[in-house]
Order: sequence, then structure tokens, then C-alpha cells
Amino acid sequence: MTHQPPRPGPVAAIGRRLGGHHLLWPTLTLLALLLGNVAFQHDFFSVRVRDGHLYGSLVDILQFGAPLTLVALGMTLVIATRGIDLSVGATVAIAAALACGHISTSARPGSVTTVLTAVALALGVAVVLGLANGLLVSGLGVQPIVATLILMVAGRGVAQLITGGQIVTVTSAPYKMIGGGYWLTFPFAVLLATALVVLTALLTRRTALGLLIESVGGNPAASRLVGIRAGGLLALVYVFSALCAAVAGLMISSNVSSADGNNAGLWIELDAILAVVVGGTALTGGRFSIGGTVLGALIIQTLSTTVYTLGVPPETTLVFKAFVVVVVCLVQSPVFRAKVLRRRGRTTPRPRSTADAAPHQQEVRA
Amino acid sequence: MVSPSTPRPPDPGGPRPRPVLEARGIHKQFAGTVALDGVALRLFPGEVHALMGENGAGKSTLIKVLTGVHPADGGTLLVDGRPQAFADPLQAQRAGISTVYQEVNLCPNLSVAENILVGREPRRFGLVDRSALRRRAAELLRELDLDLDVTAPLGSHSLAVQQLVAIARAVDVSAKVLVLDEPTSSLDREEVAQLFTLVRRLRDRGAAVLFVTHFLDQVFDLCDRVTVLRNGRLEGEYPIDRLTPMTLVQRMIGGELATLDQLSGRARREAAARTTGEPFLRARRLTRAGAIEPYDLDIHAGEVVGLAGLLGSGRTEAARLLFGADSADGGEVGIEGEKVRLRTPRHAIARGIAFCSENRKAEGLVGELTVRENIVLALQAARGWTRPLTRAKQDELARHWIETLDIRPADPEAQVRHLSGGNQQKVLLARWLLTAPRLLILDEPTRGIDIGAKAEIQKLVARLAGEGTAVLFVSAELDEVLRLSHRIAVLRDHRMVATLTNDGSVTPERILTTIATGADS
Repeated sequence: MTHQPPRPGPVAAIGRRLGGHHLLWPTLTLLALLLGNVAFQHDFFSVRVRDGHLYGSLVDILQFGAPLTLVALGMTLVIATRGIDLSVGATVAIAAALACGHISTSARPGSVTTVLTAVALALGVAVVLGLANGLLVSGLGVQPIVATLILMVAGRGVAQLITGGQIVTVTSAPYKMIGGGYWLTFPFAVLLATALVVLTALLTRRTALGLLIESVGGNPAASRLVGIRAGGLLALVYVFSALCAAVAGLMISSNVSSADGNNAGLWIELDAILAVVVGGTALTGGRFSIGGTVLGALIIQTLSTTVYTLGVPPETTLVFKAFVVVVVCLVQSPVFRAKVLRRRGRTTPRPRSTADAAPHQQEVRA
Repeated sequence: MVSPSTPRPPDPGGPRPRPVLEARGIHKQFAGTVALDGVALRLFPGEVHALMGENGAGKSTLIKVLTGVHPADGGTLLVDGRPQAFADPLQAQRAGISTVYQEVNLCPNLSVAENILVGREPRRFGLVDRSALRRRAAELLRELDLDLDVTAPLGSHSLAVQQLVAIARAVDVSAKVLVLDEPTSSLDREEVAQLFTLVRRLRDRGAAVLFVTHFLDQVFDLCDRVTVLRNGRLEGEYPIDRLTPMTLVQRMIGGELATLDQLSGRARREAAARTTGEPFLRARRLTRAGAIEPYDLDIHAGEVVGLAGLLGSGRTEAARLLFGADSADGGEVGIEGEKVRLRTPRHAIARGIAFCSENRKAEGLVGELTVRENIVLALQAARGWTRPLTRAKQDELARHWIETLDIRPADPEAQVRHLSGGNQQKVLLARWLLTAPRLLILDEPTRGIDIGAKAEIQKLVARLAGEGTAVLFVSAELDEVLRLSHRIAVLRDHRMVATLTNDGSVTPERILTTIATGADS
């Protein structure tokens, strides 16, 4: 068990700071999934450099997992305030449609200026969308699930309007860089996602933002009496969530060089919520773990990769994923683990895989 | 304590029929804490019976045992003389015992008729017979002399009418025993009168009504007999004409009065000196509808002002207005002579006011955060998120206050929810003390904490006042209020009825009289 899962460096640092046990189960789960893949594909862990680019299954997981990681990152802060943001998938589609639409109609789609304008346009609109969610939640007191459901449904329509119901394709080398390019042998998307994760970790943990968000999510009534202005914080996390979704939308559309108003980021909100929960942030708000969310997103992406590695027939893919997710959630549930351990203790006290995990705790923590 | 097995002296009202509901020797424990210890209660047909006791005396537990919400751990319940055991509220209802809770638990979006008969709708061919539904509901209300449009949604009627409809529903289920748990707490004077008319009519029809309230005058107005509980035990059962408000309050609070330790003379000696000059805070005609009638209050720097009164008398409500925890509907507040508006806690905090809520869990601490994080929270909130306290500074503050207030375990990284009540209260105090408040509002700071921590907190309050902090001290414990306060404002029925200077002439008895009669004699 000395092998470390491939994960961005700063996550390990955050992990240490939060205390290893927060991330123990997500880490073990990710390891188990990765090792499971080795059984079916022996060179799963091999990473090669070809044409100055990194290649390998692990690199693929990181690269294709980057958009989900970003959406889950924004979702983490929203969930920490006891909220939820269902509109991120629609925001992904809108951002993709805006950026691709701008580039495809521009005279010089290949110029860096055009691409930067497109990115600014997408991010600017995301701020507006996030602000709308935030004001509905904090200003009007609409339940987050309802407030963001509006944009979840309407947003797809908006994306359709922008693309005129077509799939907009773009040919632009600088735009392709965002989601499909490489920089210093690394996939640019991975570098971008890593940078944003580190930035968010610094922003929440080096300022008092994290503490205040956890306080508002953990006990809104007490936070009010302590003088925390929850309204501004709530608006901020929804704007941040929309921005993360917009960057994810740029990555996704850049990777396939097209924007599909219907399918870009479809159901990504559900994967993101799952990533956050698997990563150890409770839907009831309060304590959040950015490191856990990154692990959660990687677990879900690894699962998608596993489906291909194992050659699961396409029609059973969703059932397979659902089954693994249920197992992952059960393994991570302290209540379930306690029950299983107790039952084992009563009947046959021989060590099994679940019961076996406990002695490793020290080892992994160290 | 009256033993439930011994025969009682005959009632002065002559021979009575058999009790319709009788509880004997009821025991109930929750997680090792004894809530009821050998409690007895008798309800006769055609009487209104008050169940009285202080907060935590066991009133609600007893009601829950009687109505089948909690099974008793020991003792007997007799309905019409026959032993009964209720496994759930439905069984109690079938046996003829219904309850109307403090909060109306009906559906405001359904019609009055539907609310009265929901679950028991008249049916025809398996479908709800709407006209029969309306007819039966209207008949039922007419019997109770209520004239309402039964087709209108319940929510379109006032809260009092909703309460009456809830009673009508309960009466239809069973006319034998009706339990009313604090039915008047959200009603105004005329609405209370309307409710009482209905209760009297039910009594005259032969129903037994068990009435739980905090309002003393309502007990004397409406009830025939009173059962008093204290600390989970039966204190006694009395005909109302044998009691005065004074003796009733004494029975609720108990013999601890006699053993009050002698008050330190310090507070009294200094009382006169402290209350002169410009007050730090001056409230005039401050009020909030339904919570507290207009009141005046001055608090000087270095002065401890106590708020005394029974639970539900408006103590907390009065204190919350001074912190902006609730916003006032009327009146004004001046701080050091300057008129201010305290609409939110932030406004009050900016003026140097701090508030420890009586409800530590729900309104004070953030349970899953650490002791350190909880301690620095108020200061950090005031600084805003862009100006974080460094971790070193946080550690220093946490260590300092853990040491100063002797918080245990002395681990700044422990989750605050795992601490005992007294230590949680100290964390809450530390949070505010490090902001160096000019006025500290403490709502029941010693409730539910052990004796040692209690004494430490009392000492701390005295020391803070000595250092020039103004303190508003809200407590249900009279000895505590008397020991610490320079002046004591007495509340009764959401009204501030007197302000007493603690100059040696104030005794617990005098405060009790003021609470009981509504005036300082």
C-alpha cells in the first residue's frame, strides 16, 4: 500500500492540513479503482512521453476529469453553505455556446485576441448567471434547489438559442489549447484545473472565507448572531460556482472543437454533487474539503475510464456505474462500516477486506 | 410529595365521580436522566385542570406519556378506572384522549371542514362525500357555537380561529379528555377570551380539560384544580381556591428559596453609585408585537441589570431587541446619548454589544467547527473575510481564553459539539469577551451547566462589571439574579412590570410577589 495515487501536489498538502483521516476513504477508494484497472490492463500505470506530450491512462483520467473537477470545486463551496447548484450543466453549455459562437463568427478565429474575447464573454455571462442564482437564494430566500433548477432548465434553452439549435464547430488553434492542448508536456486542462484548485484552496484557507462559509453552512442562525453577512457570501459562492462551470464549458468545447447546446455538460451537475459527497463534504453544509472533492472527481472519472477498460457493453454502462457508486458510498459510510464490522465480529471473526482496512489507517496517515 | 398509592383526602367540592383519566406513579427516563419520578395526575369529567411547573419540571413529558407519544417506564394509566397502555398517539385518541399542541398542526391550505375531518371523511361508494363533509363540520362547529365558513381555507382565518378549529377537530375525535398545551401563547386578549368560552362550554358538556400554560392569571381565570410538578416530581394537587398566585409560584419554584445563600453585599452597596449619570444604553418604549410590550430600560457602564420573570414572560424577547437579534416595531434605543437603530446583530456588534443566546446549540455555537474557530468567529466576522486573523494569532487567542476561562478539554482543535454544556458556554463567552464588548447580554448563561462552571461564570460576570462592562443578565434563577444584579427588571406576561434597585430591600419573596401580582408592593 505504499503506492500513492496520482494526484496534484497541492492536494496532498491540503490533505495533510485537514488531517489524513478526512481523505483516507476517498484515497483508498481511488486506489482500489486504479488497481482494479491494472488487473485488466497491465500497462495501466505506465506513462510515456510521445512527441513531447505525456501519454497514458492516468494522464487521460486527469485530462478528462479536469472539467468535472472544476465544476465540483465550485459545487463544494455552494454545498458548504447548505446550498446546491443544479444549474452548472446549463452554464457549461451556455459558456461553450457563447465562446464557440463568438469564435466561429469572427473574421480571424485563429487569433489569440479573438479567443481571449470569447473567454471573457463566457466568463462575464457566467458571473451574471451566478449572480442571478445568488440573489434568488440570498436576497429572495428561494430554496437553492428551486432557484438553480430555473437556470438548469432554462439555461439549456438559452444555449440552444445562442447556437441556433446547431452544433457550432470552431477551428482555432489557441482555443483548442484550453481543453486539448499541451504545455511543457502536460495537458493544459490539467494545469489550468490544478491552478484553479490551488487558488481556491489558498483563497478559502489563507483568508477567512473558508471559516465564514463553514460557519454559515454549519449554523446559519448562530452565524447571523455573530454578525456574519451571509448574503454576500452566498452570492459569492454561486458566482464562483458559475465561473468554474464556465471554465469547464470552455474546456469541454475546446477539446471537441465544437459547442453542442443540448449535450455539453449534460448531467455534469449530478456527477459534481456526487464527487463532492464522495469527497467527504456533507450535503447538510458546514465543513468542506477541497482535497476530498478533487479525489471524488477523480474517482468518478476513473470509474468512467474503467467502463471502457473493462469493455463493459455500452447498454449496461450506466447500470455498472450506478452499482459501483452504491458500493463506493456504502464503503465510505461510517454507519455501514460499523454494521458490517459488528456482524463479522459476531459470526466469523476472520479478517475480511473491509475489516482489514483498519490496521492500514496508521500507515496511510503516515 | 404525595404518594400516589395512598388515598387522598376528599375534595372540598364534595363527592366526585371517578376520574376519567388517572396516572399513578409514572416514571420516565431519557438516556439515564429521570424526567418523571412517581408523578400522579387525576382528571375528572367536567373540570379544567391546570398542569403547572417551571421549565424542565416534566410537564411536556407527562403530557407525552398521557397521550401515547412516549410509553412510561413505570406506573399505571387508568382510563375510566381501567388500566391502559398506549403504544402510540392513535391508541390514546381511540381511548378518548386528544391533544392540541402549542403550534397549530393543521394544514392551512385545506378547508376548515377538511381540517376537522381529515382522516375520517364521510364516504359514499368509497369516495369522499363532500356535501356530507361540509354538513358534519358545520354541525360540529355549531355545537361549539362557532360560526365559520367551513369551505374557506383554514389559513384565511386568524391564528385564534385556527386554534379553535384544532380544538374542534380534537373534540370530534373524542370529547372525553382534551389536552391543551400552551394554547394561548400566540393569542391576543380577545382571542384568549374566545378560546376560554369554548373551553368552558366543553367543560360544561362533561369533558375533562388539561390546560398547560405559563400565564398565572389564566390559570386563576379558567381552571378548577391545579397539579404542580417540580423537578420531575409531583409537588401537589390543589383546588384553585386554596391557592394565591404567590403560593402557586412558590410551589412551582420550591423550597430552594429558604436555603438561598446570603447575597454578597457588594452588588447592593454599589447599586446607587452605578446607576447615576449617563447610561451606556437607554431604551424607551421599545417593543415588538407579540413578543414584548413597550418597555424602558437603562444600563450603565459597570452595572449588572438582571431580568427576572417566569419562562415565557418576555425576558429573552426583551433582551433580543437590544441586540438586533429581532428588530423592534417601535420605541427607540440610545447608546451613550446617541440615537441608534439596531436592525441586525451587525449594527449592535458595531456599537460594542455582545449577546450570548440562551440556546447555545441552535443559536450560539457552530458544532462541527473547533473550539479555536468558534472562539475567533465574532472577531473574524467583524474584520470581514479579507482581513483574516493569522493562524498564529488564532492559536494565541484560543490558548489565552481556554486558560483564562479554564475550558476543558484544553484542546483548541477539539470539535466544540463534543464539549460539555458548561465548557460550551465558556467558549461562547470567550468568543464575545475577546471583542471587548461595552455591553454584554447574557441570556440564561448558567442554564443546564454544573455547579462549578456556574459559580465561575457568575464570578466572571461580577469581575467584568467591576472592570466597567455593562451587563444585562437574564436568568430564571432568582438567587443568581439577586446575587449579581445592581438593578432587577421584573417581567410578567410579556410586560416589564417593575424595576427594583437591589439595595438590600429586595428579597426573592419580593420578586415573586411582583411576578405574581404584576406590581411591586
